[in-house]
Amino acid sequence: MSRLSRRQALALTIGAPLMVRLMPASATPGAMQAAIASWSKGAAIEPGLVTLTLPLLVASGNAVPLKVTVDSPMTPEDHVAEIAIFNERNPLPDVIRFHFTPASGRAQAETRIRLSDTQKVHAIARLSDGTFRSAAVNVVVTAPACVEN
Amino acid sequence: MATMIGLPKSAKPGDIVEVKLLLAHPMESGFRGDFDGNKIPRDIITEVRCLYLDELVFRAEFFPAVAANPFLGFTFRAVKSGSVAFTWTDMDGNESHEVREITVE
Repeated sequence: MSRLSRRQALALTIGAPLMVRLMPASATPGAMQAAIASWSKGAAIEPGLVTLTLPLLVASGNAVPLKVTVDSPMTPEDHVAEIAIFNERNPLPDVIRFHFTPASGRAQAETRIRLSDTQKVHAIARLSDGTFRSAAVNVVVTAPACVEN
Repeated sequence: MATMIGLPKSAKPGDIVEVKLLLAHPMESGFRGDFDGNKIPRDIITEVRCLYLDELVFRAEFFPAVAANPFLGFTFRAVKSGSVAFTWTDMDGNESHEVREITVE
């Protein structure tokens, strides 16, 4: 087994702290995960079926247009009951929850949301059969909400 | 700014009707401070409901991350002529109502 060369050891001392610093930025923050788990009562969430539309880059996080659609027949037997929107970096992980019935006709909703920073926005749909499907979009925010007017 | 409701005057049975709702409300998040550094108390709408023919067709729960003067777009399936009623509730439980009519034939 080869030992670390002086060069490799030096690279590690510089590189390792950088990796530690970078990892939390790509990991989903715990507060949001806890909020999702408490909302879904710990059920498994499968990616797919949900179409979440947000601008990829916004100048201001004060009113970011959001549209979410789930492909569903919206019958009493097979419909989307709820779509919950979560975020990773605002002061609170919850954004908005849309509730549907078969009379909604479509599992589709639009609104405008606040984003305090560049982050991923998650949409999770609760279907009438008790399963959960999700989508996520990363939004780059150049001027955050919450701080200024 | 006044509350605005976008709803077609008429539809055919079975049509998916698109509703647009714009509520005049500051949606004060409770995270901002004033010029003296005091926190501005939270003041938000917490729930919006839409009833068509007295049946719930859409409901939304708001959190502070909903932008000021909240906008909502959603749909319902036209069945017959009747009322489309909107109710929104703030943190203190104050309710506001608006009712529109739609002709379905």
